[in-house]
Amino acid sequence: MTAKSPVAAIDGWYTLDDPPHLIGSRCLTCGTYFFPRQASFCRNPDCEGETFEDVKLSRTGKIWSYTNACYQPPPPFVAPVPYLPFAIAAVELAAERMIVLGQMSAGIEVGDLRVGMEVELVLERLYAADGQEKLIWKWQPMGRAP
Amino acid sequence: MSREVAVLGVGMHPWGKWGRNFVEYGVHAARAALKDAGVPWRDVQFISGAATMRCGYPGYVAGATFAQALGWQGAQVNTSYAACASGSQALAAARAQILSGGCDVALVVGADTTPKGFLAPAAGYRPDDPDWVRFHIGITNPTYFALYARRRMDLYGATVADFTAVKLKNAAHGAENPNARYRKRFTREEVDASAMVADPLRLLHVCATSDGGAAIVLSSLEYARRRGGKSAPRIAAISTVTPRFASTEVEMPDIATDSAAAVGGHSFRGSLAARAYEEAGVGPQDLSLAEVYDLAASMELDWYEYLGLCKTGEAEGLLRSGATSLGGRIPVNASGGLACFGEAVPAQALAQVCELVWQLRGEAGARQVKDARVGITANRACSGTARPCL
Repeated sequence: MTAKSPVAAIDGWYTLDDPPHLIGSRCLTCGTYFFPRQASFCRNPDCEGETFEDVKLSRTGKIWSYTNACYQPPPPFVAPVPYLPFAIAAVELAAERMIVLGQMSAGIEVGDLRVGMEVELVLERLYAADGQEKLIWKWQPMGRAP
Repeated sequence: MSREVAVLGVGMHPWGKWGRNFVEYGVHAARAALKDAGVPWRDVQFISGAATMRCGYPGYVAGATFAQALGWQGAQVNTSYAACASGSQALAAARAQILSGGCDVALVVGADTTPKGFLAPAAGYRPDDPDWVRFHIGITNPTYFALYARRRMDLYGATVADFTAVKLKNAAHGAENPNARYRKRFTREEVDASAMVADPLRLLHVCATSDGGAAIVLSSLEYARRRGGKSAPRIAAISTVTPRFASTEVEMPDIATDSAAAVGGHSFRGSLAARAYEEAGVGPQDLSLAEVYDLAASMELDWYEYLGLCKTGEAEGLLRSGATSLGGRIPVNASGGLACFGEAVPAQALAQVCELVWQLRGEAGARQVKDARVGITANRACSGTARPCL
């Protein structure tokens, strides 16, 4: 059996290149960023913009806060057997002035984290189905080898 | 023109995990509220239901469901859904109907039957729905509660012991409440020994999901006067404002906040209370008590600040001073809060108002706040104030 190449667990939210980026959009009228991408109407109450450009969001940021998931989340989460807790962080992107949530990379524990820590975006496996890896964005402390 | 309405009666079905149809709880609460008000069901001109999304079609059209269960009698009907704030919006709809002259007497009902464990999203592959996406990557409701808690620890020096102190305080309050699901006075050791859910929050820091029902009979002040009897508590304001763009708060179920890059950011929850205070013509210094949404014990501390009970960063000090315990300057969650009730989503905001009414009438028994005159409730999206007749 040949291994199928990995695909995104959620289509259109991030690039699969190296290094990866979250795909946001930017209103061509007022300049506001959106993630997930917004393509048909601007949510700024003073802007009626309807045209957007896709933008790669900053792939580094600082931890705003963090926690972990000790209990197995319900579906549509696809849990490994046995279940393995993972850390989660909310990360501030400076240029976009936006906070984006995500899992921390595998093996990172709450004790490794602190508010203000610099992290970067990586892709890791969220789960596998039909012999195919489904990839998701995660945050990883800067300078840590993947 | 007065913007006040009278609360003629309140009623609840005790919270628990009863596993019965939510309509039973709603009818039980409605009948209790009507009896408390001394208003026959046939005199109700407007019924306002808070919807539940977990009980099928009858839950989506809760107002009509309760009206049918109580017996169709031709009242006007409304159903409101706004997640945790469904009860507040159902109440606001009834108040608006009364103030606009559309009716004299209204009944507001919310009830729910909840599954065990995490609240989860609707099924199917739905990447356009942020609620689906966040569960797909393993971000549950307690994730958000824990992010706020950790932030408090980092910014303001909150400790896990503070969060536990909130839980112990509310457990002591709720032990005196016959409608509460959990009436046990927990110890610090028991909280510390409970399983970690989302670091730093343990199982006993996070509220459960419960079955329950609550109902409120509202009327115009004129109707209340005409029928005589003792003076009824009044609702002076309900605030259901939205955030302002760009909202900088990490908020369920979103994966990302608004971007404040182009237009600047706004904080939401403080403005919610400010709007209620402005409309009611009262301020935090006038409050006798507050009922707030302690989905996690740590979030009660956030609410102290949003309601203006203390300055930002001083909630831990206020808690440690004992001011928010029964007997203190401004008791918070005298009912026991969500810590003792567990969340029955569409009924919870109404249950908070029920507690204020019992407190303002001096009928709260062992958990009575002395000389209660003005109170406020706050849930995830709304807040209201109630005060007694002057």
